[in-house]
Amino acid sequence: MTTSERSTNYRVIGTRPVRPDGVEKVTGKAQYGADVRLPGLLHGRILRSPHAHARIVAIDTSEAEKVPGVFAVVTHRDFPAARDVVQELGESSVNAMELSDNILASKKALYRGHAVAAVAATSPHIAEEALSKIRVEYQVLPTVLDVRDAMREDAPLLNETRFTKELGGARSEKPSNIASHIRFQGGNADDAIAGADVVIEREYRTKMVHQGYIEPHNATASWNADGTVTIWTSTQGAFSVRGQVAEILRHPISSIRVIPMEIGGGFGGKLPIYLDPVAALLSKKSGRPVKVLMSRTDVFEGSGPTSGTWIKIKLGVKDGKIAGVKAELAYEAGAYPGSPVGAGSMTMLAPYAIDNFQVDGYDVCLNKPKVAAYRAPGSPAAAFALEQALDEAARAIGADPLQFRLDNSAREGVRMVTGAPLAKVGHEECVQAILDSPHYKSPIEGPYRGRGVASGYWFNGGMQSSVTAAVNPDGTVNLIEGSTDIGGSRASLSMQLAETLGIRYEDVHATVVDTDSVGHNDVTGGSRTTFASGLAVYEAGMDIRRQMRERAAREWNVPADQVEYEDGRITWSDGAGNSRETSFAEQARTAPQKGGPIVGKASLSARGVGGAYGTHLVDVEVDPDTGKVTILRYTAAQDVGTAIHPSYVEGQIQGAVAQGVGWALNEEYYFDDNGRMLNASFLDYRMPTTLDLPMIDTILVEVPNPGHPYGVRGVGEVPIVPPLAAVANAIADATGKRFTELPISPRRLVEELHGLA
Amino acid sequence: MARRTYVATTINGMPTEFLCEPRQSVLEVLRDELGLTGAKEGCNNGNCGACAVLLNGQVVNSCCVLGVELEGADVTTIEGIADGENLHPLQQAFLEEAALQCGICTPGFIVSAKALLDSNPHPDEHTVRFWLAGNLCRCTGYDKIVRAVLKAADASGAPVP
Ligand code: FES
Ligand code: FES
Repeated sequence: MTTSERSTNYRVIGTRPVRPDGVEKVTGKAQYGADVRLPGLLHGRILRSPHAHARIVAIDTSEAEKVPGVFAVVTHRDFPAARDVVQELGESSVNAMELSDNILASKKALYRGHAVAAVAATSPHIAEEALSKIRVEYQVLPTVLDVRDAMREDAPLLNETRFTKELGGARSEKPSNIASHIRFQGGNADDAIAGADVVIEREYRTKMVHQGYIEPHNATASWNADGTVTIWTSTQGAFSVRGQVAEILRHPISSIRVIPMEIGGGFGGKLPIYLDPVAALLSKKSGRPVKVLMSRTDVFEGSGPTSGTWIKIKLGVKDGKIAGVKAELAYEAGAYPGSPVGAGSMTMLAPYAIDNFQVDGYDVCLNKPKVAAYRAPGSPAAAFALEQALDEAARAIGADPLQFRLDNSAREGVRMVTGAPLAKVGHEECVQAILDSPHYKSPIEGPYRGRGVASGYWFNGGMQSSVTAAVNPDGTVNLIEGSTDIGGSRASLSMQLAETLGIRYEDVHATVVDTDSVGHNDVTGGSRTTFASGLAVYEAGMDIRRQMRERAAREWNVPADQVEYEDGRITWSDGAGNSRETSFAEQARTAPQKGGPIVGKASLSARGVGGAYGTHLVDVEVDPDTGKVTILRYTAAQDVGTAIHPSYVEGQIQGAVAQGVGWALNEEYYFDDNGRMLNASFLDYRMPTTLDLPMIDTILVEVPNPGHPYGVRGVGEVPIVPPLAAVANAIADATGKRFTELPISPRRLVEELHGLA
Repeated sequence: MARRTYVATTINGMPTEFLCEPRQSVLEVLRDELGLTGAKEGCNNGNCGACAVLLNGQVVNSCCVLGVELEGADVTTIEGIADGENLHPLQQAFLEEAALQCGICTPGFIVSAKALLDSNPHPDEHTVRFWLAGNLCRCTGYDKIVRAVLKAADASGAPVP
């Protein structure tokens, strides 16, 4: 790993301190959602539809209610009528009626695993026993499981009253599974492609895959005697849970308190809610707190994975430049609208300067779980398609794949497909970093060995953050924040506050608090926390600095704007030999006597978001007999803005690469014809293990984001965008065969290499 | 409800007694009956290693062992790895190497890695990867976890063969 030379000298930023929550986690003491223990706690379990598409004719819960130890049973009938309103979830949005229907099905089960009823009992085993006594009468309906099939006019309809939202807001004539059609257009793609030297035209497919967080979803709720509701849960956004629960239960937002527990991974999958309102209703009916947990199979079948996709690309190259691109993207939304096809369409061409393009996106419903966000949602599949087409084009004109990308790279001022011009970005720097890397300069030799590269882009997010920083007399600071910490943000936020105040990292104590205890914070999603909550932390730090300068100015009887604050020292001088000095520590110690507590605050909607790029390089070896692909070496370069805590930045990149490699080689939802997922366990879904990966080298390219005082860009999502295509390009290099469909599993490889397909 | 069985065992060096149903796993007993929630449930069927504990010195997935099997056994959970306030070298290395992100897999990795280092104080990278292949982590890509285990091995002071 290398870190480029930094132009600014920071004291805390760029160091690698131990995270504040670390000791609790390595000793097993940290409390995650499933660890909640309360007096009188009941255990809730959910009954799920065995059919992928069925009308729910009747539900009889009477026998279940008689099981000794059962305290409550709920179905959709227990929910208040939901409103037809859309809620923003950060990286996705949800219609309240559809959310309510997804949490407990009303008229129809739309996928296998769709929740239909829930039980609370004194033990999980009794709850499970009671579930088996609930009688649900289903009228089974024909299913549609393939995104192209679902788009056909004669496809079984999930919702007879859904029409396609067409371009310009028009509505399709007939009901359809296509929820919406979007288009981005610029120049004239047809003409440009017609005049090109080389044209690549291909169709690509990717399968539905899961985020694969190790901690299953959980929610514990207590419906209190005064009608308020307390919820303990593992979520990417406590405030988002609060808002969604309030909407589903039609409760005032202020009467719901969400206590965020430690979270065991999310990657976008813990933005929507599944269990919280069910736990709340079970608690209301039983008069006891209720904890509802998903099993691993529930997680696969009943939470939100990301879309399988079909993408068609036609790309023309003239004189070494990308002349024009036409693309169609159809993304599976699952049971309700809301695939990330919009983001896929917007990010696909973002690494390049392309004047002539037409990108069409389709959001398609079918009998699979409703998709949720998954790390840079929509972008990896789009890059899988485009970056392979580019690789073929580069080969066709005899260009080095990296030089070709460099020659066509986007840079500051280039317009994205949305028309928005790019600010200062670092794609060229990433490609150059890979070109200069020892890995790229090393030879790759031997039969069935190959090398691939790919680039990717993600917007990153801003959104709302609130923090409070309270100064203590001993010079320590309590940083009160509301952003879920999934991968070290308590550390990265504490570091930014320490930097701003000129104090030690160890003197900042960060706590993620519940929704009653801090102003609104949007979700930890969109790679926004270190950026946007970091901005709030900086502002809160500046607020403390201002208060300390003003106090010093009052005491010294000098104008406040002549008092300086630097590195924890507060100074005044008139330039004529008169000067005064105090310090952060001194002001903290004397605050009780000199005006009372010093508390810095900030609440903001962050602007200045910096989108970011990554370029990845991978060497593979393919075993032609078994179809096994070994990752020999992997190097990922990424424009990270400024790496606040480089270890956690590297960790984000390494983790995303692992997920991307799994997506490329193994992972998929494998359905039978009736829509039953046949591999709904970790054993059969087969995520990468320690033995499937080498060490993953990272190159942190630092092109500071001009929109943040410390140059922070989001880092967590970009690195899952390139691996799918990079691995596919490497396999093409190793085997001479193009794989346009994921996963490139051993079976697919053997069939293809031996002509058995 | 099935009759509960009396079990006497030793957990983290402490003589411990409990009652459990025949169908309850060790993971359930630890978490629900004994309040030891350090072992985590990721899959409940032996596929992820988040629930790993040492049973008579051997790593087991506690979701796949029945509570009644603990009669007379010696169990070490993540809560018993540190020596009082002093972290085990593995715990220290995980902190210093940033080997955890969400941390849900961490107890299982540390327990499994301890069993490795107890039997093989100086494993090479491949041995570490082979040994830990039953523990899933979805956050880190394993790079820093493997480095942390290798660092702890170096720090342990055990003689190099
Ligand atoms: S919970 Fe025991 S192996 Fe996954
Ligand atoms: S750190 Fe999250 S699963 Fe390993």
